[in-house]
Amino acid sequence: MSRPAHRRPEYRKINKDLFVLTYGALVAQLCKDYEKDEDVNKYLDTMGYGIGTRLVEDFLARSCVRRCHSYSEIADIIAQVAFKMYLGITPSVTCNNASRNEFSLILDKNPLVEFVEELPTGRSSLCYCNLLCGIIRGALEMVHLAADVTFLQDRLKGDSVTEIGITFLKKLDEKKYRRKK
Amino acid sequence: MADPALFEFLHTEMVAELWAQDPDPGPGGQKTSLLVLEGMGFRVGQALGERLPRETLTFREELDILKFLCKDLWVAVFHKQMDSLRTNHQVQAPLRLPGTLLCPQGTYVLQDNSFPLLVRMASGLQYLEEAPKFLAFTCGLLRGTLSTLGVKSLVTASVAALPACKFQVVIQKL
Repeated sequence: MSRPAHRRPEYRKINKDLFVLTYGALVAQLCKDYEKDEDVNKYLDTMGYGIGTRLVEDFLARSCVRRCHSYSEIADIIAQVAFKMYLGITPSVTCNNASRNEFSLILDKNPLVEFVEELPTGRSSLCYCNLLCGIIRGALEMVHLAADVTFLQDRLKGDSVTEIGITFLKKLDEKKYRRKK
Repeated sequence: MADPALFEFLHTEMVAELWAQDPDPGPGGQKTSLLVLEGMGFRVGQALGERLPRETLTFREELDILKFLCKDLWVAVFHKQMDSLRTNHQVQAPLRLPGTLLCPQGTYVLQDNSFPLLVRMASGLQYLEEAPKFLAFTCGLLRGTLSTLGVKSLVTASVAALPACKFQVVIQKL
């Protein structure tokens, strides 16, 4: 065998599965610790927030994104750069309102649920991937953007797609808009 | 494909959160948190073991299994090989019933001089007390993978100076 071990495809798969499996074990553990779905969801969001505040530095260092001038650009970067870098997927982005501060990321594929067929019995309100919402929220806050991030639709709950909604709460500094013009 | 950094971020957050929410700050509570982390690592190790390519599942000897952990598994999970593997077999003498053989208990010491989950923390003796929390999950991971390979074991870890650590694997013969 001349190829180094870590480049062999089967071992790359192990590495890819490591995060997904660990996440699954975490959710399972939280379901043991908390009876209510809302509590598990909240906990996942809080953990995600903690991760997001640190992940954003890693992201900015590795992606060299330029300064954004609109929420729409930010949503695009989250979907096309961040999701691609960390999860290997590119959700599509839609804007949901005229004021252009509400966006949706539609996840066609979701690696986090690769080994999950359905939600456990009695856990119909569980937002399995809620960590993602927390991560996005934490990362945005570190770049001084307040946002609400929640799951609007979830395939695991029977919806046709998985949709993450991002609502930006604070206006970007208006001076930046004027400078662009 | 999930970026390797994601696992490290998740692991760090898990360690921090499981510690923070513990109502019992004394040694009893700490032990529970370590057990929880180890248990999660075990589940993941079992699942990873099931995903290994078929040919790796036929090992001639116990030592081959340990070498596999040090090379292939460690590279797949941590992108580096284990730095050293030592054996330290102890022969135990259980009840001497007629016809029983002495059962050797395989003990292996796996040393990683630059364990990735400790590297970001510090180097030297600072945070030595915190180190065990960052090793519990990986101990479980080793134990879980061994379990899928048909080996029952006890895995513990020790740190003399960050980021080097040793994993002690004691094979339990049934």
